[in-house]
Amino acid sequence: MKRVKKVQAILIGIAILFVMAAWGPAQAQQKNIILSTTTSTQDSGLLDLLIPIFEKKTGYFVKTIAVGSGQAMAMGQKGEADVLLVHSPAAEKKVVAEGYGVNRRIIMHNDFIVVGPAEDPAKIKGVKVTTEVFKKIASAGSLFLSRSDKSGTHTKEMAIWKAAGINPDGQKWYQQTGLGMGQTLNITSEKKGYTLTDRGTYLATKKNLSLDILAEGDAILLNVYHVIEVNPARWPKVNAAGGKAFADFMVSKEAQDIIKTFGVDKFGSPLFFPDAGKKEEELGK
Amino acid sequence: MTVAAPLLAVRELRVRRGGALVLDISSLTVEEGTILSLIGPNGAGKTTLMQTLACLIKPHGGEFFFKGENVFSSHGLLQYRRMLAMVFQEPLLFDTTVFQNVASGLKIRGMNGPEIEKRVGQNLRRFGIPHLSERSARKLSGGEAQRVALARAMAIQPDILFLDEPFASLDPPTRESLMEDLEKILRQTTTTTLFATHDRMEALRLSDRIAVMNEGRILQIGPPAEVMNQPRDEFIASFVGVETILSGEVIKKDRGSFIASIFAQEVEAVGEVEIGEPVVFCIRPENVTLAVPPHQEATSARNVFPAMITKIVPLGLYYKVHLDCGFPLVAYVTGHSLEDLSLQEGQIVSASFKATAIHVIRKTKKN
Amino acid sequence: MDLILEGILKAFHLLFTLDPEVLGITLLSLQVSGSATLISLFIGISIGTLVALTEFPGRKLVVSLINTGMGLPPVVVGLFVTIFLWRNGPLGFLGILYTPAAMIVAQAVIATPIVMGITLAAIQALPKKLRLQILALGATRLQMVWILVKEARLPLLAGVMAGFGGVISEVGASIMVGGNIKGYSRVLTTATVMETSRGNFDVAIALGIILLLLAYFINLVLTHIQQRERPR
Repeated sequence: MKRVKKVQAILIGIAILFVMAAWGPAQAQQKNIILSTTTSTQDSGLLDLLIPIFEKKTGYFVKTIAVGSGQAMAMGQKGEADVLLVHSPAAEKKVVAEGYGVNRRIIMHNDFIVVGPAEDPAKIKGVKVTTEVFKKIASAGSLFLSRSDKSGTHTKEMAIWKAAGINPDGQKWYQQTGLGMGQTLNITSEKKGYTLTDRGTYLATKKNLSLDILAEGDAILLNVYHVIEVNPARWPKVNAAGGKAFADFMVSKEAQDIIKTFGVDKFGSPLFFPDAGKKEEELGK
Repeated sequence: MTVAAPLLAVRELRVRRGGALVLDISSLTVEEGTILSLIGPNGAGKTTLMQTLACLIKPHGGEFFFKGENVFSSHGLLQYRRMLAMVFQEPLLFDTTVFQNVASGLKIRGMNGPEIEKRVGQNLRRFGIPHLSERSARKLSGGEAQRVALARAMAIQPDILFLDEPFASLDPPTRESLMEDLEKILRQTTTTTLFATHDRMEALRLSDRIAVMNEGRILQIGPPAEVMNQPRDEFIASFVGVETILSGEVIKKDRGSFIASIFAQEVEAVGEVEIGEPVVFCIRPENVTLAVPPHQEATSARNVFPAMITKIVPLGLYYKVHLDCGFPLVAYVTGHSLEDLSLQEGQIVSASFKATAIHVIRKTKKN
Repeated sequence: MDLILEGILKAFHLLFTLDPEVLGITLLSLQVSGSATLISLFIGISIGTLVALTEFPGRKLVVSLINTGMGLPPVVVGLFVTIFLWRNGPLGFLGILYTPAAMIVAQAVIATPIVMGITLAAIQALPKKLRLQILALGATRLQMVWILVKEARLPLLAGVMAGFGGVISEVGASIMVGGNIKGYSRVLTTATVMETSRGNFDVAIALGIILLLLAYFINLVLTHIQQRERPR
């Protein structure tokens, strides 16, 4: 019976150690920054590179919460994040206009592309104007997959449909996944359909897909990233100093240089183009 | 009679259930080292009484004293509870080894390892089950399990042992063997015991005193011979196994004996009565003798009647013979005699019993 | 099929090379779910036993609440815990949103009703007279409860296993309250979802396999404890 008691005591001892360890060293509140960003931004891997450098430099601990663009904005509006790194210009402007966000600064841009099967049943390859591309897909009734999750990609997609004067909702060839970019690309590849994607995610997952780039380069396809600090005047609990420190870092030369070369060794071309200091209207390839 | 106070003394103990009074004991004492049996029909209150005395039920009135001290006084309760043990009809063993089961009462009391080993070993041997020490309690027969339950209770060396129909679920041979062993152990250890049963033979065998209960009350309490042979009323009489209970009226009286008219027959008995008084005769079947005519030897039995055998019921070791003498009469006859006399239903025989064998209950006007 | 094969190979590779990130994720999964299960064990067994043994007005309602709680959708729990732990929420001052502590809280909320419900049923299934017998051997009320819990240890351990199984495999609440932060609040389940959404299927399958292995070994240990000492 003694042996049993000993084993029980050891087990309880291990259990207590576990519990203590899991609660973690006490993190001082002021050292934490909650960064709200999108899944596609996180999936690109850029933040995995930038954030450790920032943390080491400043001693802050950045909690990156990657959600859909809609939720990221909402977190800013509710004061549940300290700084936002997003790419939905229309929604961003609203957040600033309503006073929830301040110091909206441009960081970088990448672009969207339209991908589809090599056979290209809607014959969109070579068409330069994106609204025309979308019109051709609609009239051909070719399968088009949409993320439909209020992400930056989805917002851009809806803007193009609107500009093309088409309402895809409810149409037989228009399928809505509600999923992230990587998964949507997979489904698109499986079903041999078309979709709108950011170049970064496409390049990162190309090896698993049988999709080709069929349309790119149009100005409307630019995907611009801004950093917005959440306004401490509206939400006093916000870590304003931390948010500002992060935003300043993102526009700093050090960060911008890293952005410039990110992805080159892996994909042959950079995933993002640094734009700190520029005006949005100046962009164009 | 005794100098020492009784071990247990009960006063005005009352228990209610759903508004009705299920236990109403005005007084009861149990002497140390004695065995008291409680007998009575189902619902008589035997279990309620035992569970109340074992502090498993809270009484609604009254009190009881253990070694002179009121059990419900401030520190009395746990002390008292630690000195008693109870065994139920089901063994209610724990899901572990026999050894661990027998040791459980000792572990509750915080006894140390070597002491426990000693006590458990002693009690396993007492009940003849040392070979079962490491066996799982789930793998025991009914008899073995009940032995473990008893060993578990005795290991505590209780000052009072409560047994609530402990043999009721066992088959006769197992019951026999266990009762024998238990009796020996209880006498050896002089453990004060309260023992509830609905089998009067068990009570007869094991007890120093028997209490007959019904409807929450104790109707009669005394040594077995007294309760069995001198029941105070018909209910008790029928419960203790008096098979023939007859009502009649005294018609003649002479020098300590008298004759009562029962179903127009004259039956002679012994006792102090008045003429015209209503009486009840209790005749135990063991006291009725049968003879087949023409065998009519002179006997000292004052009551001899021709009777017809109406029914013969086998009871294992003997037979119960129902007779009609003008009044109903029951006799016990051995199988041997049954054969020798070639008794059968419908036969006319001669039934006799002594006047002194009749227990007379005087039907005085009750309140 | 090759995808699954690739996944299995990747899993072994990650395990044998003791990939630090994977090890960290696995350890955190164990820590978080283990702590949550421990908490649920204490609260669940004590309250479950209490309700099983006591008569009180409204008992039926409490029992049905516990039984309903056993089937609480984890993602709903996650949503409510998040709302409570938001900076501007009632418990925001604790500042534990997006930390492993919050994950432990959410998982404990999920596991506790499971352990509680099974404990309740297990204790009620014990013979009614057993309580009397234990008291009639001189036990205090506390000793009696302890002995009853020991008597019911088989189903109770099953309840703990059910609780643990429920939370080690949970992902909705863990993502919501933990934030899936790399090296900090990322566990096997949340990492699997993330890798899948990125299209890294081999890594996702590998993580899934590691999760299965982990759950299997823990349950092996618990089952061993449950089934041990069955003497002849």
